[in-house]
Amino acid sequence: MIKLEGVHKTFTGGRHAALAAVDLEVARGEVFGIIGRSGAGKSTLVRLLNGLERPSAGVVSIDGTDVAALDGERIRTLRRRVGMIFQNFGLLASRTVSANVALPLRIGGADAAAIAKRVPELLARVGLADHGDKYPAQLSGGQKQRVGIARALATGPDILLCDEATSALDPETTRSILALIADLNRELGLTIVLITHEMEVVRQVCDRVAVLHAGRIVESGSVADVFLDPRAPETRALLAETDDHPEPVGFTGQVVRLTLRGQAVWEPVLTRIARETGTDFAILDGRIGRLKDLSFGQLTLGLTGGDVAAAIDALRAHGEVDALRAEGKVDALRAGGEVAAS
Amino acid sequence: MNDWFVNIDWADIGQATLDTLAMLGGSLVLTVLLGLPLGIALFLTGPGQVWESRLGNGALALVVNLLRSVPFIILLIVMIPLTVLLVGTSLGVVGAIPPLVVGAAPFFARLVETALREVDRNTVEAVQAMGATTRDLVLRALLPEALPGIVAGITVTAIALVSFTAMAGAVGAGGLGDLAIRFGYQRFQTDVMLVTVVLLLVVVQLLQMAGDRLVRHFSHR
Repeated sequence: MIKLEGVHKTFTGGRHAALAAVDLEVARGEVFGIIGRSGAGKSTLVRLLNGLERPSAGVVSIDGTDVAALDGERIRTLRRRVGMIFQNFGLLASRTVSANVALPLRIGGADAAAIAKRVPELLARVGLADHGDKYPAQLSGGQKQRVGIARALATGPDILLCDEATSALDPETTRSILALIADLNRELGLTIVLITHEMEVVRQVCDRVAVLHAGRIVESGSVADVFLDPRAPETRALLAETDDHPEPVGFTGQVVRLTLRGQAVWEPVLTRIARETGTDFAILDGRIGRLKDLSFGQLTLGLTGGDVAAAIDALRAHGEVDALRAEGKVDALRAGGEVAAS
Repeated sequence: MNDWFVNIDWADIGQATLDTLAMLGGSLVLTVLLGLPLGIALFLTGPGQVWESRLGNGALALVVNLLRSVPFIILLIVMIPLTVLLVGTSLGVVGAIPPLVVGAAPFFARLVETALREVDRNTVEAVQAMGATTRDLVLRALLPEALPGIVAGITVTAIALVSFTAMAGAVGAGGLGDLAIRFGYQRFQTDVMLVTVVLLLVVVQLLQMAGDRLVRHFSHR
């Protein structure tokens, strides 16, 4: 539905390209995350999608329509199909909550009766039914973003762009806003493009993710693949910020990383294999959690005694196994679980 | 009391006060009508804005800077032929208004531009992302958001105009400034000087209070 092909963007006066050779495809109905540090080009990328920025080279298209080729009334029509929410909310401080939500409808030329009917519906949808007469300054950050979402939905868009929409919010509010975004994705079938610098945000709502570094996409794929098996050093660096891995320096057994997805997380895999093969498992590192709707477990295991080779084969039946270190070696593991020895 | 204010002709003072207020009111209205669009144009042609144009912005800025760099007393004199052309006279309240407007409008335009720049960047983008035309953007977002700043700018401009009217008095415009110069200064009538200055102070004070109250009224931050 959204497609970027060979997109470059250079700002006049800027020494480096803000975006270079970006290829990206977002399917209808998916939540697509773009993660990167500040200055990576995320904000520029998302603004290409509704024509707030134009690419210096390459093509940005929505449903086959070249966004940069649109002008005047045609780009305005497209923008009514593409809602957008912002880090700083972008609400008009001079207008009430209701008037803020009504603004896209007024701009779109809706009549007063239609606006009077639609605005309370939108406010109810985001859980702010009683707040219509307040001014933005009287609301909390989370409530302001809910107003931003109601406003972005006013024209009935099929795409929602989220520009660091939760970066100004505390973790609890972030979760509730992300839950709302996920609901909208499911209920309205909205295609969502979300940019963030927080892995947690990607983990909670995204189906697929692209990692942007210095204007280039260094890695992309399903959130589970990128999160559980990051390939690019930049992705590992982003992940390492939230995961503090202990290094089993003194351990001398064979070390493997076991990744379980879905139902396998709750199965008593280790004890059963330990009984069958006589191998002891030491859990050196581990995390069990959820990526949007997928449960996952990722354990770094130290294997000693019994039939280690048979135990590893048995593990493969339940999940992915990466050998991290052969028996007897004591070199330190690198964060992120790279193969450190063969 | 009359021993202290021997030189005061209260009827003259009253007339001069009315003249000052008329010059102020007339020139303020025209200054806002002229300066507001000029300020909006300065903002919209600026870097990163919808009408971004280095040439257009540079040309506007040159005109504004030129008018602002001419001392007002010189502007009053230089403008006499144009003033006569526009309003038929260079004297009295009517004759004072064109130079007052030309002197104050560029100043006010800069204040408008500054107020518009204070509008949150995300807010401008949000309104553009709704599919707003530039007209919608200006009328429905930029001006309402910048209104407290613009009202504060009108207050500052009005007060600047009060001192401009006093200078205009020196070249035949009448008003309190004229009395202060002709009687208070040239004839050493300290009492006239004192009364005119106090009256000007009252005008400035009232303008500032009214302006501050309006800013609070329009501000929802």
